[in-house]
Amino acid sequence: MDHARSDLLTVIAGIGGVLVFASLVGWLLQWRYSPDGENSAIENLNARIRAWWIMTIAISLAFLGGRLGVVALFALCSFAALREFMTLTNATRADHNSLAVAFFVVLPFQFWLVWTQWYGLAAVFIPVYVFLLLPIVSALSGETRNYLVRIAEMQWALMICVYCVSYVPALLNLNIPGYTGRGVLLIAFLVIVVQLSDVLQYIWGKLIGRRKIAPKLSPSKTVEGFIGGCLSATLIGTCLWWMTPFSPLQAAGMSLLITQMGFAGGLVMSAIKRDRGVKDWGHSIAGHGGFIDRLDSVLFAAPIFFHVTRYFWNVG
Amino acid sequence: MAFACGRAITFFAHAVTAVRPMWLGFDPKPLKQRVYFSNHASHGDFILIWSVLPPRQRQVTRPVAGADYWRKGKLRSYIGSDVFNALLIERSGAQSAETPVDLMAKALDEGASLIIFPEGTRNLTDATLLPFKSGIFHLARLRPQTEFVPVWIENLNRVLPKGAFIPVPLMCEVVFGAPMKVQDDETKDEFLMRSRDALLALRPRSEAS
Repeated sequence: MDHARSDLLTVIAGIGGVLVFASLVGWLLQWRYSPDGENSAIENLNARIRAWWIMTIAISLAFLGGRLGVVALFALCSFAALREFMTLTNATRADHNSLAVAFFVVLPFQFWLVWTQWYGLAAVFIPVYVFLLLPIVSALSGETRNYLVRIAEMQWALMICVYCVSYVPALLNLNIPGYTGRGVLLIAFLVIVVQLSDVLQYIWGKLIGRRKIAPKLSPSKTVEGFIGGCLSATLIGTCLWWMTPFSPLQAAGMSLLITQMGFAGGLVMSAIKRDRGVKDWGHSIAGHGGFIDRLDSVLFAAPIFFHVTRYFWNVG
Repeated sequence: MAFACGRAITFFAHAVTAVRPMWLGFDPKPLKQRVYFSNHASHGDFILIWSVLPPRQRQVTRPVAGADYWRKGKLRSYIGSDVFNALLIERSGAQSAETPVDLMAKALDEGASLIIFPEGTRNLTDATLLPFKSGIFHLARLRPQTEFVPVWIENLNRVLPKGAFIPVPLMCEVVFGAPMKVQDDETKDEFLMRSRDALLALRPRSEAS
């Protein structure tokens, strides 16, 4: 067994251990405080942990499936996220063709570009070509009401749900000396640090959270939760430096960057939800809400993480 | 074969719309005879209702649909008759001996539940809901013991609008409301108004534009 694979299995086993621990805690809490399901916070916690098991198994299988598995998994996530986002936009029947192009041409093509490692086009396809071409399709329908709002929302949806998501599998395409064949571990690093930061912010917030950061956007986010969560996630990220091409200090800096972007992502996507008057993006993941509810922080962290890594470590 | 097709269509409907049923004052589990009445904006409407019903209810629930559309072509008539066991109504031309309402009452007597669209035709306008045709009132008068369940279908008109062939993936909801029956002293207009209001009340995010 080569090095990358054994490291990957170590990581998966580690996450499995954390989940076993979380499940035990959740089970104890339920046994002690909510034997008949009367405490909704504990019920929600356990629903979340169960969903984490499923998400972990899905992503582990994708990692073990290699490039194809990873690209396919994130293409599917992108599809689900785009569906959630477009549902909340002002797109009308006049935009039907544009929507069909977005779902059935733009999305598959972007992930095909990632699959074939065509970096140059993958980086500009949606921000340049789709940005200019898709409004033409909507204009041809002749419906001018809300036109600017409709095309702006569509472009935003594609940037967030397709372009940003595609940066996660694109990490496999970086060419880092001494790190060949270990790209999957870089993705695992990103996902672990971002998601742990979310979870730890939640836990720190519940334990010692007092001052709210943005009560209008997200009543559950507190200063204490933010600082405690980001710092502890950064600490864990630093301890995971062996997965990455970074030194421990570099891993710490990267982790801090990822957690900040992740936090910002959660905030921005919350603002959109409040604007549209919904609590969750969807209902596909029990206890969590929709796909975007789980992906919001990854979406914001992935492109920055990719470009910083590419600028300083990539060759060729 | 028809069963497998039903499953495939249900799976497809879920893949495109991630459809979620909402039960507001209605318990779908008891195996009772019902008439589901719903807003109608797309040919896929009854498929969506059908695919969120519990499997046992599905077997006895027949959509009432226009014969002109569902008899056209081999595939459509197979799906209409064999998969969904639709009760097809001739809408134009020759009046047969039995009126559509008589046919529906007969289907109820045979033990079926029905899905009907009281607007009478697909709503392709910007109006939220067209005025109800009187058929639902006459059916309720003929079979006063049958429960009439309002079912609001949200968003499917955006998934598959008029004239479109490719469904666009958007999330849909199917909202079931409290069952109602026609009252003894209720006039036609009163019942049509009451049932229409009950359906409109189910719209999620009704404040949104």
